[in-house]
Amino acid sequence: MSKFRTLMAAMTALGLMAGAAAAQTTMRIGLAEDPDALDPTFARTFVGRIVFAGLCDKLFDIDNDLKIVPQLATGFEWSDAGKTLTLKLRDGVTFHDGEKMDAEAVRFSLDRHLNAPRSGRRAEISVVQTITVVDPLTVRLTLSTAFAPLVAQFTDRAGMIVSPKAAIAAGDQFAARPVCAGPFRFVERIAQDRIVLEKFPQYWNVANVHVDRVIYQPIPDNSVRFANLQAGALDMIERLQPTDLPAARRNARLRVVPISELGYQGITINTGNGERAKSPIGSDARVREAFDLAIDRAVINQVVYNGEFTPTAQAVPPSSPYHNKNLKASARNLDRAKALMAQTGLRLPVVVNLTTPPNPDLRQVAEIVQAMTKEAGFDVRINVMEFASSLNAAERGEFEAYLLAWSGRPDPDGNLYVFVTKDGPQNYGKYLNPEVDRLMDEQRTIADPTQRMAVLEKISAITAADRPILYMWHRTNFLAHGQRLTGFVPVTDGLIRLQGVRLAAN
Amino acid sequence: MFAFLARRLASIVPTLIVVSMLVFGLQLLLPGDPASMLAGEDRDEQSLAEIRAYYGLDQPIYVQYLRWIGGVLQGDFGTSLRIGQPVLELVLAKLPVTLQLGGMAFLIACLIGIPMGVLSAVRKDSVWDYAANAIALWGLSTPNFWLGIMLILLVSVELGWLPPSGYVSPFEDWKQSLATTIMPAFVLGNSIAAVFMRHTRAAMLQALNQDYVRTARAKGLSEKIVINKHALRNALVPVVTLGALELGALFSGAVLTEQVFTIPGFGKLVVDAVFNRDYLVVQGVVLVTATAYVGFNLLADIAYFLINPRLRQQ
Repeated sequence: MSKFRTLMAAMTALGLMAGAAAAQTTMRIGLAEDPDALDPTFARTFVGRIVFAGLCDKLFDIDNDLKIVPQLATGFEWSDAGKTLTLKLRDGVTFHDGEKMDAEAVRFSLDRHLNAPRSGRRAEISVVQTITVVDPLTVRLTLSTAFAPLVAQFTDRAGMIVSPKAAIAAGDQFAARPVCAGPFRFVERIAQDRIVLEKFPQYWNVANVHVDRVIYQPIPDNSVRFANLQAGALDMIERLQPTDLPAARRNARLRVVPISELGYQGITINTGNGERAKSPIGSDARVREAFDLAIDRAVINQVVYNGEFTPTAQAVPPSSPYHNKNLKASARNLDRAKALMAQTGLRLPVVVNLTTPPNPDLRQVAEIVQAMTKEAGFDVRINVMEFASSLNAAERGEFEAYLLAWSGRPDPDGNLYVFVTKDGPQNYGKYLNPEVDRLMDEQRTIADPTQRMAVLEKISAITAADRPILYMWHRTNFLAHGQRLTGFVPVTDGLIRLQGVRLAAN
Repeated sequence: MFAFLARRLASIVPTLIVVSMLVFGLQLLLPGDPASMLAGEDRDEQSLAEIRAYYGLDQPIYVQYLRWIGGVLQGDFGTSLRIGQPVLELVLAKLPVTLQLGGMAFLIACLIGIPMGVLSAVRKDSVWDYAANAIALWGLSTPNFWLGIMLILLVSVELGWLPPSGYVSPFEDWKQSLATTIMPAFVLGNSIAAVFMRHTRAAMLQALNQDYVRTARAKGLSEKIVINKHALRNALVPVVTLGALELGALFSGAVLTEQVFTIPGFGKLVVDAVFNRDYLVVQGVVLVTATAYVGFNLLADIAYFLINPRLRQQ
């Protein structure tokens, strides 16, 4: 009898264990590329940020209206005319190695972002001069100059706090075993194959985490990534191609989540970088205007992108409170374009060399632009160039017009400053307007949104007339997931936040 | 045999030195600066300079080469610029994957190609011959990536029989490993099977017309023995040479196939590295591949020895 009982008990225990094992939920996410180093100080790729959304919490986060919401910090306060920022930290947060997340850890992480050689974060928070631990839950930052976008910088990698103990112990190899304070902790990474994370039971918001394990799988081929989702081998994919949208929407087992991006697609014009800036389009704003007016964004959007993107005339997306509602993408106006060209007295056709990365959609865009502008007297010559090479050519000023996109930042400063100011590292066309430089510096010092918006409007009025960049549209990033996944909240930065996500059993 | 091997081995060394220089040189011809690829979207002069200094990209080319080749000779292939893992570790992790895939593909190619070639030669101008030729033509003219995507759509998405992509090690779960690799191996082996079929057919036709085959038949040997023991054995010599060359082709074919099926092997490693300008990885992979290629040729030479008695007597 006792043997029988033991056997029954063992079987029940086994059954319970099996039940528990079956209840383990694993979410598989298909990424479009393999992320780079998983260290928030050095990481530089978008896909890396998707993994960090599960791995590393930040001081602040953004919601879908681009409002700044608390994460590891519960609040902030500006003082000293915007030159001091005091951060209040959340109590009771632990890192994945069990260490306490406190003011000292924040000081360590920010100091690492600022001073580690090759840091990708330094430029984002370089205004921070001193970091002072006021008490275990308060940190005070003093800035070299008032810098309103700083809090927005802390909603991304610059705001990620790592465990000082683990970072010191791992040294250069921290990316191989990152230790943060996010909802999931690192398990393993097999380059180009998978990154595995598991639920962190001591996470401060663990009640909101309903998945036990997350596996990120880089699958660069768009069709294959989509096929994996269709076959049920993945639960979610990023960057679904617009061409696959009809199939995805027809499939009753799939859900498509469109997210309008933070960035934009534009045509950067070389207005001041070397000899090539002396082209008609580089040297005369009227030629740029004519070129711009000859382009019908709505038609291109319809033909190439199935009407899914949002035509624009500015760098700041509609989701941002700083989007200038009065600045709309102008409709095609061929008569005015022709009149402008006549005014310039240039001999037609005017040659414009348009550098285009080799993506099929961008080549198609370039071809349509070529056909449209031809009617206004332009002879567009398309120069298809592999992306890395095109970027180097742009840096050297070896371009006239360049079809280039920007992934976008939550704060408008991130979409403008480095592109239109004199020494901006991404001002490839070396656009120069001292008034724009002055206003750009001014808006950085204004913490009040209304006042800041007024200055930003002045800037967009000038750049809309000068046209150093012809803003084309804000792209839509399509995520797709299987129907057994629920609770996913899309945010305009396109990252996959795992809090609240549930996976039903098959 | 020993002297022959020693001669062949000695000729490998200068080949590999030249290859290493070529690999290094070709990398420099690639447009696009690795530092700016590495810096990502947020590029500024200071971080670019730091990246260049850290990876020695600011050094003169010969210094970079000597530093690299010096490391290679000591077994240090450097560190991947993008993922920060040692190149040798990456290569060693990816090599078995591609070897498994290549091995399976080669086996599939042999199993399909050689019997089909024999059949089509023995039954020349019959339906069998035409069918085998048609299949070979199809195999040669179907691009790997197209066939791969079609198979994924049919076998995985529509029928749900096999996983659409990914890889599981045979030491982890051999059944799952077979399930993930059988489709890519078939795609990869498909075109090589066609090449084998055509060459086996030609060599068999030639062999079947030889005097010794007529003699064998005249002796009253069964057709099975005539074909398998006399004709096929002789016909296989050129096929073995071809096999060694095709082993090299397997590596290059694996590049596309691994990309389509997301197999984390050698081919995928090198393609991703080229696009990310992860030049140490590219150099490491190409050098290892070149060494393997040279090694396969050596193996083919040894195989001649074993198959062809005349070479042994020389």
